[in-house]
Amino acid sequence: MSIEIEPEKAQQPAGHGPAGPVPARPWWMRPAIHTAVVGAVLGYLVGHWLGNFLSHDYARNALSDMNDFPLVLGYVLGTVGWLAGLGVFNDLLRQMAGKPVPVAEEEEEAVSGLSKYFRFTLDHKVVGIQYLIGMIIYFCTAGLFAMAIRTELLSPTYHVMNASTYVEVVGEHGTMMMMLMSSVVLGPFGNYLMPLMIGSKRMAFPRLEALSFWLTPAAFIVLLSGVLVGGFPFGWTGYAPLSVQATQGADSYAVAFGLMGISIILAGFNIIVTVINYRAPGMRWSRLPIFVWSMVTVSFLMVLATPVLVGGMYMLLTDRTVETAFFAGQLGGSSYLYQNLFWFFGHPEVYILALPGFGIVSEILPVFCRKPLFGYRVAGAGMIGVALLSFFVWQHHLFDSGINPEMRPLFMLTTELISIPTGFIYLVAIGTLWKAKIRFTVPMLFALGLYFNFLIGGISGVFLSDVPADTTEHGSFFVMSHFHYTIMGGLIFAFMAACYYWLPKMLGIKLNETLGKIHFWTMFIFFNSTFLPLFAVGMLGQPRRVFEYARNLQTLNDWVSISAFLLGGSILIFVINFIWSTLFAREPEVGNPWQSRGLEWQVSSPPPGGNFEHIPVVLSSPYDYGVRDAPPVADLHPPVGVVSAAYAGAGVEA
Amino acid sequence: MATSEAPAAAAPAEPSHGRRIFLIWIVLAVVADVLIWAVWRPHLPPGQMSSSAEHQQVDIAVLAMAAAPVMLFVWVYFAYALTNWRHRAGDDDDGPPIFGHTGIQATWIIGTAVVVLAAFVFGTVELIVPAGAGAGEGPLPVWKPSGNNTLQVQVIAQQWVFTYRYPQFGGMETTQLVLPEGRNVEFHVTSLDVIHSFWAYQLGVKADANPMVDDVAYTKPEHLGGFTVRCNELCGLWHGAMYNYGKVVSAADFQTWATSSQAQLAKVTKILPPYALTYEPTVVPQLGQDLVKVAGITGANGYYYNPGDPEQP
Repeated sequence: MSIEIEPEKAQQPAGHGPAGPVPARPWWMRPAIHTAVVGAVLGYLVGHWLGNFLSHDYARNALSDMNDFPLVLGYVLGTVGWLAGLGVFNDLLRQMAGKPVPVAEEEEEAVSGLSKYFRFTLDHKVVGIQYLIGMIIYFCTAGLFAMAIRTELLSPTYHVMNASTYVEVVGEHGTMMMMLMSSVVLGPFGNYLMPLMIGSKRMAFPRLEALSFWLTPAAFIVLLSGVLVGGFPFGWTGYAPLSVQATQGADSYAVAFGLMGISIILAGFNIIVTVINYRAPGMRWSRLPIFVWSMVTVSFLMVLATPVLVGGMYMLLTDRTVETAFFAGQLGGSSYLYQNLFWFFGHPEVYILALPGFGIVSEILPVFCRKPLFGYRVAGAGMIGVALLSFFVWQHHLFDSGINPEMRPLFMLTTELISIPTGFIYLVAIGTLWKAKIRFTVPMLFALGLYFNFLIGGISGVFLSDVPADTTEHGSFFVMSHFHYTIMGGLIFAFMAACYYWLPKMLGIKLNETLGKIHFWTMFIFFNSTFLPLFAVGMLGQPRRVFEYARNLQTLNDWVSISAFLLGGSILIFVINFIWSTLFAREPEVGNPWQSRGLEWQVSSPPPGGNFEHIPVVLSSPYDYGVRDAPPVADLHPPVGVVSAAYAGAGVEA
Repeated sequence: MATSEAPAAAAPAEPSHGRRIFLIWIVLAVVADVLIWAVWRPHLPPGQMSSSAEHQQVDIAVLAMAAAPVMLFVWVYFAYALTNWRHRAGDDDDGPPIFGHTGIQATWIIGTAVVVLAAFVFGTVELIVPAGAGAGEGPLPVWKPSGNNTLQVQVIAQQWVFTYRYPQFGGMETTQLVLPEGRNVEFHVTSLDVIHSFWAYQLGVKADANPMVDDVAYTKPEHLGGFTVRCNELCGLWHGAMYNYGKVVSAADFQTWATSSQAQLAKVTKILPPYALTYEPTVVPQLGQDLVKVAGITGANGYYYNPGDPEQP
């Protein structure tokens, strides 16, 4: 790398002048969430009017006098208005006009107090907290839909909701979880911690990062607004032609998923560029924390797989609004096309949800085992292997669909092969636990919970990859239980581990440990008691997404429902703990409570503006526990000139 | 697996952890596999009503026998580690710095690869031998049963009902699926509107119903009795209520039923479009106009859809 960089002004992209003083305007004129809401409302109205103006003579829907075009344009322009109101385009316009724009590290010093969390900001630490709160809200909302599903399934025929409400609720739950939770780790922890872990003062593209967050509330609200126009009756997969046939709620699904797709692509892009270009001197690829490896592999999946989804959603929208026929068989389209597009994204997507969990537990395990990570390269290779293979398995969702029947052995093979790199994660855990000194802290408990749950989830996946066995299991509660074991039992347990492990770092407060332990044990027990019986329910013949099931399955279903309510209560304990510890108890935590060697723990909690006073020089691996005479992980105050020398290409490994 | 080659450098006084874990594991694994094969297998879904169901049952049992040792190994190891290697109060030293072990890593990788490849070979054989394992094989099936006395049944899915046509009996369309015992059945699954999935649970048959697509699946009923047909792909509002029941009867009873049904349904069959492997969705609404005048077949709520209204009610 040949860019000449001063340590004091490190990593400032060339071409940007120093930030001019921010012009003082009254608070209500500064772009923030209130101007965004105004912009969204205006944008929606304009879009709706424009849609009606352009397409007043379209009559796709015989049941209502409204067609889909105004709604879609309303959503799209509403989102643009939302972003404009936030000031997303301000810097762009300033730069086009030749005026100076603020630089990430400098802007964050200027703003203090809570108001910065409601603004479009360039500070990756603020974006991380925004993501964290957003993700918890989205998760809890989608979780409430799950409670509603289980309430309906208390009885073998419909009783609380009618058929239409039930499919609406199922669709909202599934879509909200699958699309918004794809950023549940990368959003908060990736954005917040990754620069700290690689010794950077900033992310590569702070504006894209902030944009990736501010698209998520838009996607969330658009998706939720679907219930106002009747919801969508096709679950999270949105198979055409059902999704083309469905009423206007389907537009909210397609627009929201598309918006979230863009958010995911931007977030992934930012992470990849940051890791490649913003590592501190001495942070070789072989010293990169394993969590960062997981973020890099996930980001590649996001950047490469999600455009296919955005394209699919676009085609769905044009089929619905302007009468294209991508998915209509009698007009030359194909219902298989949508399935292929969707799963070409959809299968990498489930690894987008799985890999961050592997990264978190592999990061946490050495700290509480007080041992180096066993087989660091194997762990990294496992993640890369999973990421690569995940692009070659998507048709296992279509084993019974009749497409490419002679290819089924191939997809059976690729799907089963993926269990080899996944197994590496277990090998690493097994090696790390060997003769360790295990400390049962709350984050460690959640990490161990992942290993237990994901084992069941992964092994049940082998049953599903086997075509003959899949004939019975496909589309039943068996597969539903399988992916809840991998995503909730894997990703969400890891998310909780990360919360208990890193919130002291991010917020500078301790989370209550007793409540944390109660949270873990209730969540672990009720999670398993909810989803383990569902394997049996599926094997006994209950398809997914039904409100009517065989009478003899009622006992099992009731057991599951009651466990699910208790599981919901366990999540409530987490929310209470989070609110209590951050708002009321506020027990400060400034140091390194876990005695971790991670670079992010070598600065104060919460980290100062700009993360590091000077760009650190990394001296050793973050996992050198128990190594006699191991050097500290990094020199936080390197002698003047070392950093610039490093960037000029000289060795700094001493 | 890799346990017997535990990392070296154990102090002499310490017990051999690897051997202990291995012994606990091997005993549990053998017991579990014997129990799965001898006790659990005959009761595993989807039962033994047809050739494809039988094969699936064996398949699931074999996969369970492969899975049990793997899961038990991880659980036994974790339980052993978490009880024996916990942090003791006052001991603030770090653990031994073990960064890896080539032998163990190689053993693990080779071991898992062997298990996975064996599962792949077994799964492929189990897919090909029972003629596609009861799964939908598309319009040009590659794996077919031998013999030419095959009964053809077309499964027509639409929101939200299944009907069945028997091309060898004048193309009659019935609302109940009746199959003969001991004869190969060739299902042709198609849809008139959105994607459905035909799941005859006890027969171990599952094939998606795509509009404009003929999806073929095979099975051979081997025991008399009733079975459930459910829609297995979310198809809209009343997906949850889209099921009916079929039965397997003796060959003689089937012949009686089929010929009498054919005569009974003759006036309906006349109005139906000629038997075809797929039907274009746009012609279906016009059909409904004629059909509702004749007793016998109706759509989900008594009528086929109004041609002017392709939406869901």
